[in-house]
Amino acid sequence: MSNKYIGQSVTRLDARDKAMGRIKYTDDMCDKGALVIRVLHSTVANGIVKKIDTEEAEKIPGVVRVFTCFDLEEKHYYPTAGHPWSTDPAHQDIADRLIMTDRPLFYGDDIGAVVAEDEVAAAQAIRVLEKSVEYEELPFVLDAQEAMKEGAPQLHEKYPNNVLAHTEIHMGSVEEAIKEPGLTKVEGWYETQPVQHCHIENFICYAYGEGDRTVVVTSTQIPHIVRRVIGQALGMDWGKFRVIKPYVGGGFGNKQDVLYEPLCAWISIQLGGRLVKLDVPREDTFISNRIRHAIRYHITSWMRPDGSFAARTIKAWCNNGAYSSHGHAIAAKGLNAFPQLYPCDNIDGETWTVYTNRSVAGAMRGYGMPQASYAFECHAEDCARAMKMDPLEFRRKNLMPVGYYHAFSKNELYSDTFNQCFDKGAEIIGYYDKVKKYKNQTGDIRRGIAVSTFWYNTAVYPIALETSSCRIVMNQDGSVQFQLGETEIGQGADTAAAQMIAEELSIPVSMVHPVSCQDTDITPFGTGVYASRGTYTLGFSVRQTAMLLKEKILEAAHQFTRMPVYNLDLIDGKIVRTTDGRELMSIGDLALSKLYTTDGSQHLTAESTYQIKSNAYSFGCCFAEVEVDIPMCRVRLLNIVNVHDCGQVINPLLASGQVHGGQSMGIGYALSEKLMWDEKTGRPLNNNLLDYKLSSFMDHPRLNAAFVENYEPTSAYGTKGLGEPPACPVAPAIRNAIGAATGLYINELPLSPHTLFREFSDAGLINDPWRKEEQGKEGR
Amino acid sequence: MYDMKALYEAESVQDAVRLRLEHPDAQILAGGSDVLVQIREGRRAGAEFISIYMLDELRGVSIDEEENIRIGSLTSFSHITKDPIIQKYINVLGEAVDMVGGPQIRAIGTIGGNTCNGVTSADSASTLMAWDAVIELTGSEGTRRVPIKDFYIKAKVVDIRPDEIQTAILIPKESYENCFGHYIKYSMRNALDIATTGCSVNAVLSDDKKRFERVRIGYGVASPIPIRAYSAEEFIKGKEINEENIKEFALTVLQDVNPRDSWRAGKALRQHISVVMAERALKECVKLAGGEADE
Repeated sequence: MSNKYIGQSVTRLDARDKAMGRIKYTDDMCDKGALVIRVLHSTVANGIVKKIDTEEAEKIPGVVRVFTCFDLEEKHYYPTAGHPWSTDPAHQDIADRLIMTDRPLFYGDDIGAVVAEDEVAAAQAIRVLEKSVEYEELPFVLDAQEAMKEGAPQLHEKYPNNVLAHTEIHMGSVEEAIKEPGLTKVEGWYETQPVQHCHIENFICYAYGEGDRTVVVTSTQIPHIVRRVIGQALGMDWGKFRVIKPYVGGGFGNKQDVLYEPLCAWISIQLGGRLVKLDVPREDTFISNRIRHAIRYHITSWMRPDGSFAARTIKAWCNNGAYSSHGHAIAAKGLNAFPQLYPCDNIDGETWTVYTNRSVAGAMRGYGMPQASYAFECHAEDCARAMKMDPLEFRRKNLMPVGYYHAFSKNELYSDTFNQCFDKGAEIIGYYDKVKKYKNQTGDIRRGIAVSTFWYNTAVYPIALETSSCRIVMNQDGSVQFQLGETEIGQGADTAAAQMIAEELSIPVSMVHPVSCQDTDITPFGTGVYASRGTYTLGFSVRQTAMLLKEKILEAAHQFTRMPVYNLDLIDGKIVRTTDGRELMSIGDLALSKLYTTDGSQHLTAESTYQIKSNAYSFGCCFAEVEVDIPMCRVRLLNIVNVHDCGQVINPLLASGQVHGGQSMGIGYALSEKLMWDEKTGRPLNNNLLDYKLSSFMDHPRLNAAFVENYEPTSAYGTKGLGEPPACPVAPAIRNAIGAATGLYINELPLSPHTLFREFSDAGLINDPWRKEEQGKEGR
Repeated sequence: MYDMKALYEAESVQDAVRLRLEHPDAQILAGGSDVLVQIREGRRAGAEFISIYMLDELRGVSIDEEENIRIGSLTSFSHITKDPIIQKYINVLGEAVDMVGGPQIRAIGTIGGNTCNGVTSADSASTLMAWDAVIELTGSEGTRRVPIKDFYIKAKVVDIRPDEIQTAILIPKESYENCFGHYIKYSMRNALDIATTGCSVNAVLSDDKKRFERVRIGYGVASPIPIRAYSAEEFIKGKEINEENIKEFALTVLQDVNPRDSWRAGKALRQHISVVMAERALKECVKLAGGEADE
């Protein structure tokens, strides 16, 4: 396929409007007369709300209503995950939430809500209400493994020992395999921390009545799913709700959960359809939206003298927080990746998803793979070192081989992706020279370079439904509008789709216009964007629909050109007679003629659904070069290169931007970000952007993205997932580079000064004489 | 929207003094980069405020008739960094305040606000302490001057009387003459952060650049208010410039540095970094003064 528009760095279609401030986000669209909702959060980590005295709060000027958990007449428990619905109850998400609860399970759980005329009155009311709640406090537990112990506080009756789910994998026999003589055993614990998405646009939604329905406008990745969940949460027909999704200022998976849309819709209904807006303050996003799971891993490998794996085991404990959200899917993804990334005949693995009294963990860019990649790639590095092999060569030897076929997903590794990515990345960063150069350093400031890789796939087939629908409507001048269920959330989905349509219809991208805001009344059904699926899944329905439209265009052309359809084609905006290449008429003339003809007028439009029954591996690697200032306990990232094989790159500029964003999130994950709770009270400690150390522009070196483009054979346009993969390999690459610089390979995140100070002290890299004296004194 | 009970806009320094007396419960608002955040957090919600932000007479850097460097209290961080007088005589102050927040904060935040806040982590504070700055306050009975070490009373409390506003910060000539300084901010990220700890050192070397004639060292977040490490200053005074003396100087700071242990950072880390910063900052001062510090 020779491409004219695909593979070009077309300027994203919304770039100018965004730069000029003309784009309307949710808050821009809301009428300024909206009443303001603030959620009342629990200030205990586990307990029972006995009473909420609302009298004083209601007296505050500007306060309209105070709702509490006791105002819920019907309790409809609902699931929040942005998964496609399953008609099979066994595959449905756990329905464990209420829009307000009298049984708070974490500090920050939703126990009530204030409706006020403005934010000031709402904030005043919340401050008063927080002091007016009577709780019966219960013991709480914050750690996943502690929560599984006998006698630990129980969060949900149906899940004894707080285990939401436990799954295992077994291949061959580890017990037999480790009897082989001459094996080297490497064992490690790897600990990842909870972090938050920190998209620029906080979660926000508003609701109002229209006819006998409620309209909810929300900053979401998944408008059609939101409509379903509002119906479930309120115990009403799903069609009673219309959900509109405007432009979104980032989602990263947090907006792949239904957050406050049901509460907002419920409040609007209580107030007779009044316009109410719920704009979550930044501080609350850390507590009562979603976070990334902290997962603890234990991995053991037995290696033969040639560096191959004889047997491997993995155990993983996934801290899910107080409610199910995405359930076991995140832990399961990591466990299933384990035998695929480094195949071995003998593997035992198990993983637990565990409820704790912490903020709820859900989807966040990478869906369990940033955590798993950290564990896998720290461990791979440790194995290579134990075998005294070059870490890159060790990986080349042991990674998934070309031709690997995964029976369940039907994924296949068609190309030599790993080696191609390694070669390209190594050349860009100068890996081999620097490895030599940085050997045997001494002194306070040392440098190191290292690599890591990751496992990822595209879309959710065969675990869940994959469906995509597209509608294309042609105007009188031959330009088109298109609509898709795959949402634009900043990643550039609209632009990629426009390039595909331009390619298929052979018209310039400037004639292809996205209807960017999804509206469940208007937009064809779609489940939204998540799982790095957008460009892959929409490609199928876009191509199919554009082909349908093209068929109609050529049929119409037959009417005006008298030529048979099989001798006609659409080339560069012209109807061309293929037998001699003559341009017979322009697409604009054709569209105009077809609409206004008095003989068979027709509105040229096409719409179709494609159900996707394939998935695709999307692999790559990251090289990181660091400088470690040992006395200062600080790491400076000097250089970073990600190389991805996401198949055919639709838009190199947008793809690079996607990689840069993932690298940026990976840098914070590696070096500074960590959500913390007070062990004594369960209260979040750093739920603001000052104390939560999201990495800044000044903490980034130049970000380098490169691609290896192996055309994906299952894909409509040869493309596959790139949304999440860039965030996955960064932290382990940085960890391994710090190890290369200092000899200390640290198995936890983040590698902040706090962690480094402790590790450097323990290893004797820093030696404070006064601390020895103090410790000596204490000892006596 | 901010939860303010009232906002009084001062039209002159005298007007501000009058408003202070008329509204004893009102709080002073300068650039607002701290105060507005605290209103939003609820800490200052519902309070009365006297804004002095329009008082242009409190902006700018000059050399006064006593040859003090005079920094108007409303001078913004970004102004200070770019000011030629600052760059010539006390460049370290410009560098220190260039580490506050991000560009927007530095354009609105003022050095007066930074000191009147009374917080130990203020990026200007350790440098002003280390350069023996003098605070000028204006009240109904005219102006008075307070050495900065006395201006800080305890955490979040400074010596401003009920009728006063801070009008200038002065750096005396004997403080800045032949003096070279360096500030190290230790924070968890390189922008938009407050100091986990910070250290500002300045030195006057002997004419032959072989000895320390005078060294001063100030710390932020080493104690509830900004402090000086006098023991270390005393130790190094008159000593030869060499590795051993600089290391000993750095270790001596622990006699004065007493950081707290919190979830934000452990005491041991802060102590350790205090020593490393002292050594590195002093070496940098020697270099700036034209001496040689490394073996």
